Amino acid sequence: MKNLIMVSISLSLLILSFTLTAQAEEIATLRDGTAISEQKKPNFIPKIVNTDILHARNYPMQPPLIPHKIRNYQINLEVNKCLSCHSRSRTEDSQAPMVSVTHFMDRDGNFLAEVSPRRYFCNQCHIPQADIKPLVGNTFKDMHTLMKEKIRDMKVH
Amino acid sequence: MKINRREFIKANAIAAAATVAGISVPVAASNLITNSEITKLKWDKAPCRFCGTGCSINVATMDDKIVATHGDINSPVNKGLNCIKGYFLSKIMYGKDRLTSPLLRMKDGKFDKNGDFTPISWDQAFDIMAVKVKATLKEKGPTAVGMFGSGQWTVQEGYAAVKLMKAGFRSNNIEPNARHCMASAVAGFMRTFGIDEPMGCYDDIEAADAFVLWGANMAEMHPILWTRVTDRRLSAPHVKVAVLSTFENRNFDLADNGMIFTPQTDLAILNFIANYIIKTNRVNKDFVNKHTNFRLGNTDIGYGLRPEHALEQKARNNSAGNTGGSEPMTFKEYAKFVSSYTAEYVSELSGVPVDKLNALAELYADPDTKVTSFWTMGFNQHTRGVWANNLVYNIHLLTGKISTPGNSPFSLTGQPSACGTAREVGTFSHRLPADMVVKNPKHRAFAEKIWKLPEGTVPPKPGYHAVLQNRKLKDGELNFYWVQCNNNLQAAANINEEVFPGYRNPKNFIVVSDPYPTVTAQAADLILPTAMWVEKEGVYGNAERRTQAWYQQVNAPEGARSDLWQLVEFSKRFITDEVWTKELLDKKPEYRGKTLFNVLFENGNVNKFPLTEIPKDRLNFESRDFGFYLQKGLFEEYATFGRGHAHDLAPYEIYHQGRGLRWPVINGKETLWRFKEGSDPYVKAGKGFEFYGKPDGRAIIFALPYEPAAESPDKEYDLWLSTGRVLEHWHSGSMTQRVPELYKAMPDALVYMNPDDAQKRNLRRGDLVKLISRRGEVLTRVETRGRNKPPIGLVFMPWFDASRLVNKLTLDATDPISKQTDYKKCAIKIEKV
Repeated sequence: MKNLIMVSISLSLLILSFTLTAQAEEIATLRDGTAISEQKKPNFIPKIVNTDILHARNYPMQPPLIPHKIRNYQINLEVNKCLSCHSRSRTEDSQAPMVSVTHFMDRDGNFLAEVSPRRYFCNQCHIPQADIKPLVGNTFKDMHTLMKEKIRDMKVH
Repeated sequence: MKINRREFIKANAIAAAATVAGISVPVAASNLITNSEITKLKWDKAPCRFCGTGCSINVATMDDKIVATHGDINSPVNKGLNCIKGYFLSKIMYGKDRLTSPLLRMKDGKFDKNGDFTPISWDQAFDIMAVKVKATLKEKGPTAVGMFGSGQWTVQEGYAAVKLMKAGFRSNNIEPNARHCMASAVAGFMRTFGIDEPMGCYDDIEAADAFVLWGANMAEMHPILWTRVTDRRLSAPHVKVAVLSTFENRNFDLADNGMIFTPQTDLAILNFIANYIIKTNRVNKDFVNKHTNFRLGNTDIGYGLRPEHALEQKARNNSAGNTGGSEPMTFKEYAKFVSSYTAEYVSELSGVPVDKLNALAELYADPDTKVTSFWTMGFNQHTRGVWANNLVYNIHLLTGKISTPGNSPFSLTGQPSACGTAREVGTFSHRLPADMVVKNPKHRAFAEKIWKLPEGTVPPKPGYHAVLQNRKLKDGELNFYWVQCNNNLQAAANINEEVFPGYRNPKNFIVVSDPYPTVTAQAADLILPTAMWVEKEGVYGNAERRTQAWYQQVNAPEGARSDLWQLVEFSKRFITDEVWTKELLDKKPEYRGKTLFNVLFENGNVNKFPLTEIPKDRLNFESRDFGFYLQKGLFEEYATFGRGHAHDLAPYEIYHQGRGLRWPVINGKETLWRFKEGSDPYVKAGKGFEFYGKPDGRAIIFALPYEPAAESPDKEYDLWLSTGRVLEHWHSGSMTQRVPELYKAMPDALVYMNPDDAQKRNLRRGDLVKLISRRGEVLTRVETRGRNKPPIGLVFMPWFDASRLVNKLTLDATDPISKQTDYKKCAIKIEKV
């Protein structure tokens, strides 16, 4: 067991020393190891996720992501296509989630009879997702994960 | 995993039953955690890290990590709302590739311009930087040392940088990336009003009857202000929205009058409106007679290109003293000047139908319509950007629609502290705090007195502006260059010919401070890992003169240090005798042998406030490291520049309490509308209005013509290229491309094209194409159905994408007065690959 630990420590040190020195061309993560004077062949335009399966939120206040395509959805002076499914009066037919109650509040926090015009352009906060892998990982931990870690620690002690 | 709702409930019911039947486990027994010790979040406030709107954010931390962010309900700016970027602020600091160690290009254990990036300690990093600065100063003097900073610096960071550069190294070669962003707005304000920044505020939105967007894509770039405009337009049906742009964008969804104009002809449209106001006899004569002067501006002022460029050879008035020159004229002469800008002529020039032009002009001319005009990069990134700013003020001044609720010519800013840091602190090559300039001996003396420095410390000659810095790097005349808080190798124009060769010039040593390995870092010699946003304490100033402060809320990753710490710590590496002349030190011999840290930051002002003034439960890495309340000391010393000079700021601690105040703050009261008696305490009684930035209190109406762009499409390069930003990403994407949700919403920079233009080139949506200008090439894919709908003859490609650098194509032509680059107009061709 001890040997195994030693081996894995020296192995990880080896890997660390390899990664510590970075070729100048590799440093800009978002350029995928490409020199500034060069360019990789651009990927195809990705498909938009259209599964209607809800994404978990990173925290309760995060606006939900859109789990479907919205190409050609009109939101303008005449019409708001999103509300034709997501407005309170339409959800029974559409079975789509109703817009949040916060959306009925005006600037001063009063509830209106309808969705507030300040929330009219849905796509300022709600976005669909392309079916692709992130370029760079993100180490954000949500509060639930942190709480679980705390509970685990409490149990250990 | 695909599972329907019923299956999901069934599976969960079994799990729940097992828990009930099993042994009771105290805290985790339920699937809902209820112990308040565990669920408690620590909430605090901070201004948003992104645009110039200046929303306030509530930030939740748990175990030294940010776990949630949302719009601050108590902020008058955003009243609980955020845009999509703001909602994902929680994740911008957690990209997996955060830098945690200084990295130096090395070969065989030594610095080598062509070496590989190798981790070194902070001490080693400052060692080599100090060696390079000292060698450069010795060999070529202060003009070979430079710094490129940011409108995203905190006020304190910008102020510390100005002191270190202008007083410490005695070099005026300090610029913010805000030069790319709103220099034309600044020059416009100074020229028309003699004082910088908008007279109105966001409260104008709820009071206006009409909005006119002049080259401001607010729906994407100022989304929260757009929610306020939308709210006003939709809840008060009499309100009208007019949108002008060179291509159709999301603002057109709310437009009553949407207008697409040929690039550069906005100048003619502005003059047409002035002409319309005069011809329909709607000049506010009383206002104009009392509060304005008329001047004829110099024309044919060139395009800010290198002097050997054919366009500069041809221009008559492009010498430094001439570009902004003007002479007095009468109203009658002015009326004659604009009379050639008829609806018919301007319609032909701009492509906007006559009826639409008339409807637009009527909004301004009608005395009963309160008009707010908004503009950002469409005006400012323009080779006649200062003129465009002057011309829009003309029409507000002719009608007296200014400085009163709803009547507001409103210059929006792009960055969170473009106003607070870049403009108010004056981190420009020609500026000092509070609108003062290095050229003015009184201003220099004033600064030297506040800074307790010998007379003559600050050099009188303006330094190199942003675009000139890149040229001087390429020419090998600027040899030590420190870049903080921006990504200029992605953001600057013409990176192929000017910027990249400058960074890689073997004569130069380039330092880049950034939280992430950006394109600019890739071109650097030394990279410094940097703490960001709520990993430090700071102050930002937004577009409506609102100053906002925040506390440090989490620790930065081990090894990363804020720009502020870097600047102040680095100053310890220099003894005055090494950087100042003997004759300067003779004037203050007691400064001999002192470090720049001693004379700049331990000067009795900056180190005045003890650590005990920082609340005990607050983090503050920098202050605790230096031993005094650094951020307060810097702020208070800086504030002495503006107090009593129409730039009054409140005491520092006030900003930690509320949601910001709009300067000038007099007797604890903020100022909503400047230059108007009753709302601005600087206006003398009985004046009504007073434009006190000018000696006679009068604003200037300028006669300025339409002049063509620096580069227009021709037979070979047959398309206009406009670049710009997108809703989902902040500028170069170095933060937002690392948030998976934002990346997946807008992964790549596509070229937006008119379907007819695509068809003509045998292209379809998704095809791989090469964009070619006289300066470079870039590959991308075609979008014909996206949110932007360009007219025939123009394409749009955003610049957020580090892997598709659109600025390889753009031309580094600038406004000759403001030195701001025009990113909206150059000529390209497109080929199928």
